[in-house]
Amino acid sequence: MSDDVAVEARGVSKIFGASTDQEVRALDHVSVSIAQNEFFTLLGPSGCGKTTLLRLIAGFEHPTDGAILLEGKDISALPPFQRPVNTVFQNYALFPHMTVAQNIGFGLEMQGQSKDEVANTVGAMLVLVKMENLKNRRIDQISGGQQQRVALARALAPRPKVLLLDEPLSALDLKLRKEMQVELKRLQHETGITFIFVTHDQEEALTMSDRVAVMNEGRILQVGAPHEIYNRPNDRFVADFIGDTNFMPAEVIEHDESEVRIRLPSGIEITIPAPPGLPQGSEVTLAIRPEQARIVTDADAISIQGSLTDEIYIGTDTQYRVDIGMTSPFVVRVQNANGERARIPLGSRVGIAVDPRTIQILQD
Amino acid sequence: MATSSRPFSIERMPGFSLLALTCFFALYMPLAPLVVYSFNAGDNIALWEGLSLRWYVAAWENDLVQSAAIRSVVVAVIASVVATSLATMVALGTTRTRPYRGQTSIYAMVNQPLMVPEIVTAVALLIFFALIKESTGYHGYAYLISAHTAFCIPFAYLPIRARLEGMDRVLETAAADLYATPWRSFTRVTLPLLLPGILAGAMLAFVISLDDVVITEFVKSAGQDTLPTYMLGQLRRTITPEINAISTVLLGVSVVMVTIIFFLSRKKA
Ligand SMILES: Nc1ncnc2c1ncn2[C@@H]1O[C@H](COP(=O)(O)OP(=O)(O)OP(=O)(O)O)[C@@H](O)[C@H]1O
Ligand SMILES: [Mg+2]
Repeated sequence: MSDDVAVEARGVSKIFGASTDQEVRALDHVSVSIAQNEFFTLLGPSGCGKTTLLRLIAGFEHPTDGAILLEGKDISALPPFQRPVNTVFQNYALFPHMTVAQNIGFGLEMQGQSKDEVANTVGAMLVLVKMENLKNRRIDQISGGQQQRVALARALAPRPKVLLLDEPLSALDLKLRKEMQVELKRLQHETGITFIFVTHDQEEALTMSDRVAVMNEGRILQVGAPHEIYNRPNDRFVADFIGDTNFMPAEVIEHDESEVRIRLPSGIEITIPAPPGLPQGSEVTLAIRPEQARIVTDADAISIQGSLTDEIYIGTDTQYRVDIGMTSPFVVRVQNANGERARIPLGSRVGIAVDPRTIQILQD
Repeated sequence: MATSSRPFSIERMPGFSLLALTCFFALYMPLAPLVVYSFNAGDNIALWEGLSLRWYVAAWENDLVQSAAIRSVVVAVIASVVATSLATMVALGTTRTRPYRGQTSIYAMVNQPLMVPEIVTAVALLIFFALIKESTGYHGYAYLISAHTAFCIPFAYLPIRARLEGMDRVLETAAADLYATPWRSFTRVTLPLLLPGILAGAMLAFVISLDDVVITEFVKSAGQDTLPTYMLGQLRRTITPEINAISTVLLGVSVVMVTIIFFLSRKKA
């Protein structure tokens, strides 16, 4: 099994300013395995410890506790220049006194490769990132997007076991950003190198990754494929951070092997497929995605009921806000078929129908 | 009113350009007669008798001027090279290490020559070196060179430190990430990027050493005149435009060096 693991963090904690009054616990017992050849993304809000985890893998910082393993070997004590891991820095960190080609060749040269080998690999990398005609330019003579490509080529050239990318696209404008997202996927595919990618953009994370780890306050809350993270969040923070979600408190009434009967605040009871382990009488939170609910006007018994307060047209979709007697309105998103949409008078009583299988139960 | 709402701008204050011009003239006017009379054909430094390079030739052929000039340059080269090496090490030590206790006091200590009045240092060195001369019997150039080295250090240090502080640490991190050992990261990344600062520091130190009068006058042994102390000695006798000629050459050297320093320190990292 460990043959397939590229990087593993084992119970890693990182405390900055330990034993001072400004102690920061940047990472708190983080354990995660990243498979060979995987496009793995660390996703989380600012300050959650993404950069810190990357820096620990690269060797720029050392863990306060726990170990970092590369292909099963503990590398926690190795300095960065002895780790077969390369980084694409957020602001690229290209060497301003070297040309494009010299930047790309730097790592190879430091590895002690011969001039010919260096020149060959640099040539191949220039082709890979489509920069052949700019190889003799100085760094301050190329655009931001081109610098980005050079930074990628420089980090890929020594063929590291793992490539670390710390928000590499955040300095680019939207159009270039979309282009580079495709480009990065292509590069990962062509090189077969494990990518660990950091972003705080959930859309970017979902579209690019094989697996995503959602982080908050120094901990990894959930690891999974994008659709798992999106459809089966196991934590309120994850459900809230990724996409829009309606939350609703509920109480467990009955539970058997595969189903649970719960009572909504309105008193309505519904049955939801659920994993075992929910004790009777326990308080849970239901998470319902706006696009997985429907508005029904002929209010039937099992739906949630309320009065329509807003109807917002957003191009492909229409968003309905329904006051169901809780602090925040319940949001329903309906796709506009053929550009048409059903007109419902504001203030009218409507029902919200939800397929029980799409409801996610979160334990608090 | 329309005019009162316009933003304040220096451009519309005629007083400022006048002030700038005044400063410019106050600084450079006194130099003009010195330079002009260095080309005087006559013997007097205030009576124009026609254009000639006579005094430049006289200065060039004067053995005392020659030996003082060579001494000045040799002392300035040695002092600036040693001072710049030391200053580079100190600058690296105060910016490229983990913070440690006493780091700021090193900064203050290195800049000591800028704070202690030069005449005080001169007298102190005179007394201190006299004690050493007494006990060792050595009267060579080491005193002059070490004194010059000492007061050159802060001048070499300031541009180097400024450049180090403006340099992004992430470049050294990137070098380490790309398999460069700390030494190779230093020689391939830090040092090349620091070089303009080091050159600026060295040239500044050279000019400062070349121009020094006070400390040199107090520290030099017999027969160790530098160009400035030689000129000081001449002023006690009859003055000829030869002094103007030497001064003009010194001025030229300084202007050239300072211009180069200016461009070096503007060079982008
Ligand atoms: N060298 C340091 N000294 C002290 N605290 C630090 C240091 N580096 C990071 N921290 C703290 O550790 C926490 C995690 O920081 P980190 O840079 O890993 O966050 P991040 O997830 O990368 O955030 P962002 O998205 O803003 O880049 C933050 O609270 C930060 O202030
Ligand atoms: Mg970060």
